Amino acid sequence: MNPPILDVHDMTVAYHHKPVLWNIDVTLQEPSLVGIMGPNGAGKSTFIKAILGLVPRASGEVKLFGQPLNQVRRRIGYVPQRESVDWDFPINVFDLVLMGTYGEVGWFRRPRTRDRDWAMACMNDLGISDLASRQIGQLSGGQQQRAFLARALAQKADLYFMDEPMAGVDAATEQAVFKLLERLRGEGKMVIVVHHDIRSAPLYFDQLLLLNTRLVAVGPTAEVFQSEYLQRTYGGRLLTLEKAGAAIRDKVPTT
Amino acid sequence: MSDIFTYNTLLVLLGTSLLGAVSGLIGSLATLRRQALAGDVFAHAALPGLCLAFMVIGERSLLALLIGAFLSGMVGLILVSCITRFSRIKQDAALGMVLSSFFGLGIVLIRVIQNQSTVGSKAGLDSYILGKTAGIIASDVYLIASVALVCLVIILLLFKEMQMVTFDADFARSAGWPVQGLDLILITMLGLVVTIGLPAVGVVMMAALLILPGVTARFWTERLATMLYLSVFLGVLTGTIGTILSALYANLPAGPIIVLVGAGFFLLSAVIAPRRGLIARWRQANVIDTSLLDWEATTSP
Repeated sequence: MNPPILDVHDMTVAYHHKPVLWNIDVTLQEPSLVGIMGPNGAGKSTFIKAILGLVPRASGEVKLFGQPLNQVRRRIGYVPQRESVDWDFPINVFDLVLMGTYGEVGWFRRPRTRDRDWAMACMNDLGISDLASRQIGQLSGGQQQRAFLARALAQKADLYFMDEPMAGVDAATEQAVFKLLERLRGEGKMVIVVHHDIRSAPLYFDQLLLLNTRLVAVGPTAEVFQSEYLQRTYGGRLLTLEKAGAAIRDKVPTT
Repeated sequence: MSDIFTYNTLLVLLGTSLLGAVSGLIGSLATLRRQALAGDVFAHAALPGLCLAFMVIGERSLLALLIGAFLSGMVGLILVSCITRFSRIKQDAALGMVLSSFFGLGIVLIRVIQNQSTVGSKAGLDSYILGKTAGIIASDVYLIASVALVCLVIILLLFKEMQMVTFDADFARSAGWPVQGLDLILITMLGLVVTIGLPAVGVVMMAALLILPGVTARFWTERLATMLYLSVFLGVLTGTIGTILSALYANLPAGPIIVLVGAGFFLLSAVIAPRRGLIARWRQANVIDTSLLDWEATTSP
C-alpha cells in the first residue's frame, strides 16, 4: 500500500502559550477533495500553515507522501488567503501566475518560453487570460482569486492546500473554483481546502475535517456532516445553519 | 559657474549619483518588503560602531570606520529582530528603541572622542551625522562603485526570487525557497549601501535616499522591473541635481539638499503622474471601470 498522502501526528501549535491547535491526528490515504471546516479562530488556516512549515509547530510530526516536507516541496501547491498579500504590488497578472513555474525554472534562471506558455494555459483554464497584462490591484476579488488559483495550477502539484478560495468571490468564480477542484480530483490529485460556508460544504467535498482547536471529526462527508459533530464543532451558534445544512444534505447524492 | 566642474566636483558628482542609483535599487526592494525603516535604523545604529572603530584604530581610516559602522548597524538590526521575536513589543516600537538608543550612544562616543584633546578635534566624526558630500575622494568613489556593482549583479541574478519573496513570502516558503536567506541577502545589501552612504549623506538623511526614489518610481509604473530601472534613474538624477545645487550655493549642505531634491521629485510625481497621481485620480474619481462589468458578463455561466 502506498504511504498516506497526508499524515499528521500529534500536531500542536501555540501562539504565546495559548493552544491554537491541540494534538491533531489526521491521516488521509487516498486522493480526494477535503474540506476543512470550523468556526472563526478554530485554527483552520493554522492547520494548513503548520503542515507547510509557515508557522512553527510546538510538537508533532507531519509526513506527506510518506516523507518529510522538505523532500516533497515540489509536489505541493499552495493558495494563500487572498488578504495575505499587497494587491498594490507592482506586478501584473501574468507575472503573478508565472511564479507557479519558478520551482521548475530553478535558481537564477528566467522562465523559458515553455514556462510562459504553461502559465498562459493555466490562466486560460481559470478564464483570466484576457487580464494578463493588468496590474493585479485592478482586478475584482473573484479575478484575484482566480489568479491565485492559476498560479497554484502552474505549480503542477500533486497535493494542493487552499486557504478560503471561495471567500468573498462572485458566483461565477465560485463555480470556476469548483470546476477546478473537480478537474484536479479527476487527475488524481489531493486538494485540501479551508472552507467557511457550511451550507455548500457537502456539495463540494468528498471528505470533511471538522476542527475547533481539537480535531472533532474527519472522514467521508456523509459520515461527518452530522448534527452531532457540527454541534461539537460550532457549539450553539449553529441552530439555523444546521437546519439549512440538513436540508441540503438530503438532496446530495453521497458517494 | 565655470569653475564648479573641477576634478573634485566631478568625483563628488560621480559618487553621489552612483550612491543615488544603488540606494534607489536596493531601497525600492526593501520598501516593498516592508523594511523601509530598516535602512534608517541601520544608519543610526552604525554610528557607535564607527566611533568604536576610531577609538580602537586611533586614526581616521575610512575602511576601518566603515567596517565598524557596518558591524554595529547589523547588531542593531539583529537586536530589533530579537526584541520582536522574544518579547511582545511590536516591530515599529523595537525599531524606534534601537534607532534612538544606538544614535544616543554614538553621539556620546563622538563627544568622548572630541574631548580627548590630542586627536579628537581632528577626527571630525560629527560629519557623519549630516554627511560631507564635498569630502568625497577617488577612493570613496571606488568603494561606492564596487558596492553598486555587487548589488546590481545580485539583483540581476536573483530578480525573480526577490520579486517572489517581496510579493508573497508565504508562497515562496511553501514552495521551498529559503525566504530567510533571501531576506538576509537583501538586508546585507541594504546595510552595505547605508554604510558607504554615511560619509556623503550622513546618518540622518540616508533613509530618505533609500525610500524616496522607489516610492516616486512607483507612481509611473505598474511593473517591478520598470520600477527598479526608474528608481535607479531617479536616484542618479537626485544625487546629481542635489550635488550641483549645493555646489552652486556654497553654504548649503549637500546631504539635506539631495534629500530635498528627492522629495521634490516625489511631490511632483504624486501630483502629475498618470493614473496614480492626484490630478489623474481626481479626474477618475467618478469614472467607474466598466470593463470589469463586461468581464463578469462574458464569463458568467
